[in-house]
Amino acid sequence: MHLTPTTASRWADLAFILVVVIDFYCLGSARLNAAIRAVAAQGVLLSGLAILFAEPDQPIGHVIALPLIALLVKGVAIPRLLFRAMREAGPRQEDRPVVGFVPSLLLGAIGVALAFAFARSLPLPSPERHGSLVPTALATAWTGLLLVISRTKASTQVLGFLVFENGVFLIGLLLSGVMPLMVEAGLLLDLVAAVFVMGIVMFHINREFSSIDTEKLTALKD
Amino acid sequence: MLLFAVLVPPLIGALAFAYPGNVRRPLFLVVGALAHAAALVSFWVREPAPALDGLLALDPLGKVTLSTTSALFLACAVYAQGYLRRRDERDNRVFVSGLLVLLGAMTAVALAQHFGLLWVAIELTTLASAPLIYFNHNARSLEAAWKYLLICSVGIGLALLGTFLLALSGSGPDGPRSLFLPDLLAAGPSLSKPWVRAAFVFLLVGYGTKMGLAPLHTWKPDAYGEAPGLLGALLSGGLTNFAFLSIARTFQVCRAAGEDLFARQTLIGLGLVSMAVAAVFMIGQRDLKRMLAYSSVEQMGVLVLGIGLGGVAAKGAMFQSMNNGLVKGVLFLAVGNIHRTFGSRLSGEVHGAMRRLPISGALFLAGFLAITGSPPFSPFYSELAIASGALSSGHWWVAGLYLLFLLVIFVAMGATVLAVVQGDPEGTVEVPGTRDSLLTAAPPLVLLLVVLALGLYLPASLDDLFARAATLVSGS
Repeated sequence: MHLTPTTASRWADLAFILVVVIDFYCLGSARLNAAIRAVAAQGVLLSGLAILFAEPDQPIGHVIALPLIALLVKGVAIPRLLFRAMREAGPRQEDRPVVGFVPSLLLGAIGVALAFAFARSLPLPSPERHGSLVPTALATAWTGLLLVISRTKASTQVLGFLVFENGVFLIGLLLSGVMPLMVEAGLLLDLVAAVFVMGIVMFHINREFSSIDTEKLTALKD
Repeated sequence: MLLFAVLVPPLIGALAFAYPGNVRRPLFLVVGALAHAAALVSFWVREPAPALDGLLALDPLGKVTLSTTSALFLACAVYAQGYLRRRDERDNRVFVSGLLVLLGAMTAVALAQHFGLLWVAIELTTLASAPLIYFNHNARSLEAAWKYLLICSVGIGLALLGTFLLALSGSGPDGPRSLFLPDLLAAGPSLSKPWVRAAFVFLLVGYGTKMGLAPLHTWKPDAYGEAPGLLGALLSGGLTNFAFLSIARTFQVCRAAGEDLFARQTLIGLGLVSMAVAAVFMIGQRDLKRMLAYSSVEQMGVLVLGIGLGGVAAKGAMFQSMNNGLVKGVLFLAVGNIHRTFGSRLSGEVHGAMRRLPISGALFLAGFLAITGSPPFSPFYSELAIASGALSSGHWWVAGLYLLFLLVIFVAMGATVLAVVQGDPEGTVEVPGTRDSLLTAAPPLVLLLVVLALGLYLPASLDDLFARAATLVSGS
């Protein structure tokens, strides 16, 4: 934790840029394996950011624990779960999105622009440290929502949900000095549980329809 | 005692999960329901002390929701004895223990005085209920469970974002730096307004998804349509009330922060949109359970409209949340019985229900009359209170639209219900051994009698409770 403020914020800015780059990569990528790896990398970046944004006067357990849990859950456990689901679903899954790759990239770009515009109107507790955090977080959450809505494979939808949660997690970093560890750990735990249940459902969809394509889930409508 | 009400149902659920026998396992539901009801009775006799350093406390709003759900759950637990015996071919391990975990999580939502805990408990209700929708283990119920899980998880993610924004609104140098409801209410005007507004929008969208307000209701007809009637009753009569409670808590903070008008207009608008969407989709709806799901969308609209209007209407909304909970129990359990006997839930394939199932058919008809606000049932009084609240506060347009939507829904729902209960059952399928029995017909009958009794005579203690809950949420 002996980074000077300027070095820390330079690293943070680099990480923010990479997070947004990964957002765009997910929007433009047809190959699920690559997208899962990208989201895992995003999880690793977030755990790094959690260290950078830890309040210096916090107990050491808190400074270490949250990034470590984030690293294990977002960077390791969930990607492995998804890869397992992919293996069960058969080789080389490619996504045929409802919204094409180029339009969804454009929508993503519009989201980033809007996120920057909106974030400017919100007063930050410490603007010098958290300048690009809010727009990055909102842009990432928006990307996640786009993926959930516009993709047809159950695994890409789960992936979109993870990207969305990453955006929410980033906003949570603003609170590292305000919120007790209990709540943060509880939040991460819930994420694991959610994805776990989703994984189980995915296996069932797979067995029932011999594929993980939610396009086949169209019996229910008015 | 508060901790008892939260923890005992899931513990009994764990025992049920470990218990090997499929035939006797549903009895755990009755044990859990009775324990929960006993706790609720003790809350009525003596105000319980806050638990866990104030994390859990019972306020009038929580008391309204919990009392409703406890009664509904008890009725459903008795019904489950008859229902699960008839569905003995299915393993009910996950179903029984999941319902009990759901009861514990809902209780935690009602008692939570901290927005973080509230969020965790709401998330838990989703995780506990999603596998239950898949009880029938076929492609349709899988589709419904997947949509429910995905849409509600995203909604809950948005609510988490809203919770963070709410924390940020009080993170300034002189802010409360806390997510405890009393702290936020006390800090009131010192909260940062732009953050409060943003938080309100995200929390409303997030918990609104869970509550099933239009246009965030798309999971609802699928989930209620495919779930067993008993689960539909608990989701539409129980769980939605807790999402409503979460929105009411957010509204409380918003009002304390001086964003009263903004929040009220949003709630009124969303309430009317929900009623309109429900009315449109109910016209010509042939699927009985989906029709009830749209009725639930309508009722959720009525509730947020009520607290948005405030005053008499807010008190009406509190009363209505109890009435809707109980009547939804009657309707879903009766439709569940009809569905099983006729082997179908489409209005074209079901007619003469009153003759084949004299009790369930009559209950379905009476439940329809009750939910659409016909006297002497209690929803008549609560829906009237909301209309008079709108008129007395000068919202002429709102009152006019509200009454119009109620009328359209009455006609649309009536056409389907009458086609099902009237006529001759000749020519329809009959599944043998599925006539009304004591265990499947008595629980909805008792619920309906309670609704009738509340319409004929509202005890002063309940009336006072609704008034206090309304003042808490929406001001005097």
